[in-house]
Amino acid sequence: MALQPFTVHRGVAAPLLRINVDTDAIIPSREMKRVSKQGLAAGLFAIWRYTEPGGREPDLNFVLNKPQYRNASILLSGANFGCGSSREHAVWALNEFGIRAIIAPSFGRIFYHNCTRNGILPIELEAAVVHYLAEAIQAAPQQNKLLVDLPNQQVSVAELKFSFTIEATPKRMLVEGLDPIAMTLEMTEQINAFELQHRQRMPWL
Amino acid sequence: MAKTLFEKLWQSHLVEQLDGDAALIYIDRILLHERTGSIALKSLAAADRQVRNPDEVFCVIDHIVDTLPGRGDETMMPSGKEFIQTTRSAAQSAGIHLFDIDHPKQGIVHVVSPEQGIVQPGSTLVCPDSHTCSQGALAALAWGIGSSEAEHALATKTLRINKPQSMRINFEGQLGTGVTAKDMILYLIAQYSAAGSAGTVIEFAGEAVRNLSIEGRLTLCNMAVEFSAFTGLIAADKKTIDYLGGRPYAPSGENWKQAVRYWQSLHSDAGAVFDREITIDCAAIEPMITWGNSPEHSCPITGTVPKIDSANKKSASMQRAQDYMGVKPGQKLAGLPIDGAFIGSCTNSRISDLRTAAEILRGRTVAANVRAICVPGSTPVKHQAEAEGLDKIFIQAGFEWRESGCSMCFYAGGESFGFQQRVATTTNRNFESRQGPQTRSHLASPATVAASALAGQLTDPRTTQKS
Repeated sequence: MALQPFTVHRGVAAPLLRINVDTDAIIPSREMKRVSKQGLAAGLFAIWRYTEPGGREPDLNFVLNKPQYRNASILLSGANFGCGSSREHAVWALNEFGIRAIIAPSFGRIFYHNCTRNGILPIELEAAVVHYLAEAIQAAPQQNKLLVDLPNQQVSVAELKFSFTIEATPKRMLVEGLDPIAMTLEMTEQINAFELQHRQRMPWL
Repeated sequence: MAKTLFEKLWQSHLVEQLDGDAALIYIDRILLHERTGSIALKSLAAADRQVRNPDEVFCVIDHIVDTLPGRGDETMMPSGKEFIQTTRSAAQSAGIHLFDIDHPKQGIVHVVSPEQGIVQPGSTLVCPDSHTCSQGALAALAWGIGSSEAEHALATKTLRINKPQSMRINFEGQLGTGVTAKDMILYLIAQYSAAGSAGTVIEFAGEAVRNLSIEGRLTLCNMAVEFSAFTGLIAADKKTIDYLGGRPYAPSGENWKQAVRYWQSLHSDAGAVFDREITIDCAAIEPMITWGNSPEHSCPITGTVPKIDSANKKSASMQRAQDYMGVKPGQKLAGLPIDGAFIGSCTNSRISDLRTAAEILRGRTVAANVRAICVPGSTPVKHQAEAEGLDKIFIQAGFEWRESGCSMCFYAGGESFGFQQRVATTTNRNFESRQGPQTRSHLASPATVAASALAGQLTDPRTTQKS
């Protein structure tokens, strides 16, 4: 099952400039209603996005409900984005909502991996740069779209251009949309050989 | 060359260095629960892939199941039943171990695994649950993953990961009276921030860590993830070995002797170099309480809600948290009236936690307006507590005495403490609406929560006389 590849994406960016945005906030547990990766977009950011707990009336103060950020596909946020619970539903909800990239100074580790496993690009940039990007787009977010170029590791808007770093493996997985399980299953012989030795070394396990 | 404990664990599980920066790491044990394991098992089956070693995979029902007596598949969480039944049938078809609702070994996954001897020193263990780091307390490399990675581990018995950096945190000196492992980890996070470890593998070390019981060490490692760690670890010592002896899934006979010889090597060598090192003076740690919506928002129970300096880069998040929590800068934490008290979760629901709380509660009753709940971490913990008569102490004090499970550590649409209710809780996350819509959670140790339940307000456990 190949993943949705990520190469170059141009889209509306929405600033959610809070630190420590946790996965309970990205999708509250009560919004995970089925044993499924689908049907989660409506629960995205539910505690902030709607006026009532469990309700569906949009809170117009929340960034993703503002008309100027309609169809946002890139999030700008604060440090430690996606901390907390391991729930991959947070990433499935973002994906279904249409988010393709998230730019923040740092990410929760499990969340980061969940992103790269689902074709969402997490980009680490300093807080000052994230704020700068938010300012650069805010006058007209629908026009001032961000361009995210993964092969060249650059984020740009108009004349502004910032480079970001990403490790080689997640980059390749994203660009090529690879299925890591299929890749590892091709290494079954090496795994078998290791397992045999491992059991001799630690027969009690 | 001197090696860290992490390096020893890494090297002994390295199947192959892959292209670039990733490595293929062998996984000894995989744990699942009905909340996130259900989807991993279901997706694996949908892709027509098999569980490679079913006998080394253990599944529990802990997250969604009710904790009221007489519980079954029907839960207060809308659609909870689907999670339980999907997990059960997928576990049965995959042939993995299942500790179902009525199984005598049932409980919270991170309580069950050490209790049954499933996690062992020198092993690797993963679970699609962020608090898997708890189990590093037994000198295992145990870490939380997502559901897709769980599928990978189930199908291949390996994971592709980039090697994390290492960090040692030395808790030097001795803990003061009434100060516990929970206070140590809250203090650390308050000092260095919730993002403070930046994905490193932390080895907790120093005199105070050596002096902790295994259960205290499990509490300490439990919240390594709240400090943004890859995971936490503690060297194996005599306590580790004594703890594991005779556990159902621990080695026995000749295997036990051989295992123990190996386990004795599971510490960082003298002179081993860490990427980062921190030393904490334990004399400075007091019983801690959180005042905001991140575990970094904590201070001593004797302290006050911090003032906000607008030059502080975190002023916006602090302001937001104080508004949410209904607290004001300069306000004393001790004395803040509470509506609820919760003792439970993978952080603080083991027998020693219940004994500590019961010692404070014995012969007393909780304040009239406080809804107090105790949820033992596993069915064996519950039975042990009942054999010691602790259940009677809790019940006589006015606590609800529950069946084991994750319960109200998080709100899934079923039970909650309610809108803007203030709760002293032994859990691990004080995020907005974590325990219910707009519920205000104050994280603390079992001693602090028990003392607060009695007084009806946040209370320093050192001021509560033992009965």
